[in-house]
Amino acid sequence: MPLLLMLLLLLWLPLAQAEDLPSATAESDDTGLYLLQTLDVASFQDKAEAIRLIVTSDDPRARNWLSALLEGNLQRERSGRFVLVEGTSGRDLLVSDALSGEALGAINRRDLSRISINNPLRNQLRSALALIDLYSSDLNLRRASAERLIGEVDATLAAVLPDFLDEETDRRVHQRLSLALAIYRVEQGELAAVEQLSGSLHSRARVALTRAQSSDDAQLSEAARQALLGIEQKLKLNRAAETLYFGLSMGSVLVLAAIGLAITFGVMGVINMAHGELIMLGAYTTWAMQQLLPGQPGLALLLSIPAGFMVAGLTGIAIERGVIQFLKGRPLETLLATFGISLILQQLVRTVISPLNRTVVTPEWMSGSIAINDALSLTLNRLYIMAFALLVFAALIYILRRTRLGLEVRAVTQNRNMARSMGIRATRVDMLTFGLGSGVAGLAGVALSQLTNVGPNLGQAYIIDSFMVVVFGGVGNLWGTLVAGMSLGVINQILEPWAGAVLAKILVLVFIILFIQKRPRGLFPQKGRAAGD
Amino acid sequence: MQILKKIKSGSKSFALAAGVGVLLGMTSLSATAQQPIKVGVLHSLSGTMAISESVLKDTIEMLVAEQNAKGGLLGRPLEAVVVDPASNWPLFAERARELLAQHRVDVVFGNWTSVSRKAVLPVFEELNGLLFYPVQYEGEESSKNVFYTGAAPNQQAIPAVDYLKNELGVERWVLAGTDYVYPRTTNRILEAYLKDVHGVAASDIMINYTPFGHSDWQNIVAEIRRFGSQGKKTAVVSTINGDANVPFYRELGNQGIDAGDIPVIAFSVGEQELSGLDTAPLVGHLAAWNYFMSVDNDANHAFIDAWQAFKGDANAVTNDPMEAHFIGFNLWVKAVEKAGTTNVDAVRTAIHGLQVPNLTGGVAEMLPNHHITKPVLIGEIQADGQFEVVWQTPSTVPGDAWSDYLPGSRDLISDWRAPVNCGNFNTKTKRCGGSNAAAEARAALGQ
Repeated sequence: MPLLLMLLLLLWLPLAQAEDLPSATAESDDTGLYLLQTLDVASFQDKAEAIRLIVTSDDPRARNWLSALLEGNLQRERSGRFVLVEGTSGRDLLVSDALSGEALGAINRRDLSRISINNPLRNQLRSALALIDLYSSDLNLRRASAERLIGEVDATLAAVLPDFLDEETDRRVHQRLSLALAIYRVEQGELAAVEQLSGSLHSRARVALTRAQSSDDAQLSEAARQALLGIEQKLKLNRAAETLYFGLSMGSVLVLAAIGLAITFGVMGVINMAHGELIMLGAYTTWAMQQLLPGQPGLALLLSIPAGFMVAGLTGIAIERGVIQFLKGRPLETLLATFGISLILQQLVRTVISPLNRTVVTPEWMSGSIAINDALSLTLNRLYIMAFALLVFAALIYILRRTRLGLEVRAVTQNRNMARSMGIRATRVDMLTFGLGSGVAGLAGVALSQLTNVGPNLGQAYIIDSFMVVVFGGVGNLWGTLVAGMSLGVINQILEPWAGAVLAKILVLVFIILFIQKRPRGLFPQKGRAAGD
Repeated sequence: MQILKKIKSGSKSFALAAGVGVLLGMTSLSATAQQPIKVGVLHSLSGTMAISESVLKDTIEMLVAEQNAKGGLLGRPLEAVVVDPASNWPLFAERARELLAQHRVDVVFGNWTSVSRKAVLPVFEELNGLLFYPVQYEGEESSKNVFYTGAAPNQQAIPAVDYLKNELGVERWVLAGTDYVYPRTTNRILEAYLKDVHGVAASDIMINYTPFGHSDWQNIVAEIRRFGSQGKKTAVVSTINGDANVPFYRELGNQGIDAGDIPVIAFSVGEQELSGLDTAPLVGHLAAWNYFMSVDNDANHAFIDAWQAFKGDANAVTNDPMEAHFIGFNLWVKAVEKAGTTNVDAVRTAIHGLQVPNLTGGVAEMLPNHHITKPVLIGEIQADGQFEVVWQTPSTVPGDAWSDYLPGSRDLISDWRAPVNCGNFNTKTKRCGGSNAAAEARAALGQ
């Protein structure tokens, strides 16, 4: 049992490493070189064999080699020396000797060739690393390793796992490994292990139970069937929660895109076809910020929030001063003029920046997901955007309800002449309101840059949706926009699994048309004097 | 003097006609030595397709410049005539007519989407033009006037599926695509192929279509994850087009779907598309093409160097349709040299069977069905935005215009040599369908 032997040896790895490395003898280097040379072959099958050889060798550098191979950092120099890539320096790579660990400085990329791997090898390497990391003193490595081993336990590992579990102190590692062991036992047809799997939402557990269900052993089959029934119930709940989450996250994107329009169109009554392009400007601001602060995508993203607001807001004010103020009370002309502006802005971006999409990097803390349980995990970027949408919404409500500007805005929109006779400078209020709505569109752009393409066409994708949400929610009502956006998102995500993405979109549109026929003023129509226009 | 007599004795109109004829003949004789050969370029330079198509315009301009540096063709210089159909399908037909009727170009290189190709097809057949089409497409077409230098389904989709099945042991299949003609036809062929040849059950195939530019992938990716966690190895075959890929791959990464668990193989994602993406979470996902920029080969290095020098950008990337234009252009040049003229019918006959080197170290041959031979490469995405070839066909694969896996198209072949001279010859009924059979085949496909 070479694997068992290896595992036992690896138990002593931390100690062994400290003693071995400084006094690496010529003889041990030869085996190391031999092992790496077996890796440096063209055929992926031969490479798989070489990896097995490295795993079963008790070489203390095996983990380093394997993880470097997995990351594409194990490379060979023209001279035949094997090196590990530690980092980059301009167009060169910083490397260290794979055998001695000695730093070798910068080497030109063209003088190095990477030892290539493919998907099956990648899987093999991850499993091999998981086996090694199981004995690591680093808790995070151990947790990741236990997670990886679920469904990958074989007879050798199953033999040592019970003893290992006795010594393991971390609850999470313990729980994951017990699950892994139980799955293996169910696969072997042990009736007692079925009990352990009932209630587990892990897909591997479900697969093992499904297989056990069709076994010849009637008792086992029945127990597995019962366990699966319980799991199915739980899964249904989880799926409902997942759909709700998807719907709310799509809804918050809609709300973000529409809320600026809810101010310019809803409150001011300006049909602004360039709203989508203001969103686009916000997204491009994020890109520009990341160009200014290379290597710090998170900081750049945070700084883009005020920057995106300012860029889009100032552009909005320029549009208002330059065009819209002269077209007051002429909605058709406003529509055409702002449509023209939207085309100008698009072409401007195409000519000045590029017709190609720009890459906006997602910061580390926004990628990935948090696992609620084995069947339900929430993607982090969407979670942040949901929170951001609610924050923006709260801030807008505060501005309109609690500040001097908000008071003036409401006064001017309700009765312009009366407000002016009270000494409010209506044209200044117009300008600021439009700037506020545009700035919020810029904020939407900053958020959207984390979800979709940043390119000249970004705005066009959202303009129709934005108008849809505002009209559905009731023109002039911010709360209506929130409820409308969220409910459209949820409806869309509920429809999508059984109608398909294309049909779901059509159905939502048909639903809105019918709804508007019944209630022309949307979900929450303006009441009282405010409604008079 | 005899001529003069004849003219005098003949009718007035005859005299006029002959006179004009002589004049025309003289001008054309004296002019051929200097007059440039016109190469039409029909690629969108604005609108949604500009992202993909504008580099193809640059490619042809570069090839024309290179040919001129070599002394032109038949002793005449080449001149690129560029028009912009602006990603607008009806405008493609108008611009094609402008190129052929007004500019009188000798050959056209152009188009990307299948719908734009379908739009210009009648124009090229009516005015007897020559079109080289450089993009992988759904097949089920063969026109006398079009040369297809991109991959037919049997040069991309079918080998890709074979790779997943044989090398990775995939048993469950998600066929995901954008909702238009290329993905729908390709997926129909793949579905028939998987069921008939690999014996895959209908419950092990999931088909999903999304609109152009789809950005909310949460539900679909979650569905793929559930579909793929049933204990059988699952892969996604993606014909998702253009922009929509970025949010799709991003969602895959965020929901933790790794290439090791559920690999995605794409037919429309190349180096150009990846340059707008952070590829670190995508390492190991696949693409099937007939060319990758990373192919280690002297001809390819020379092409990349020339391209980067032409663009003045040391980071400019090359991709598969560019290689197709490279091959198509060289085939046309060779055919013109062989025919000794740019006359469309002469070039069309001369080009059959001609061979030129491709950029992957092999040879591309123009087949009688107007498709070419190509190697099929499977590449894995690397962290640096390039592909690494993990598998390739041992030799080149001849392009097949009519799929062998669809009813209605199974019995059709295309052969533009005498005596068949037909784009859709039915081998069972032994007759040429003309434009009718194409319509029948499309009807059989349900389009």
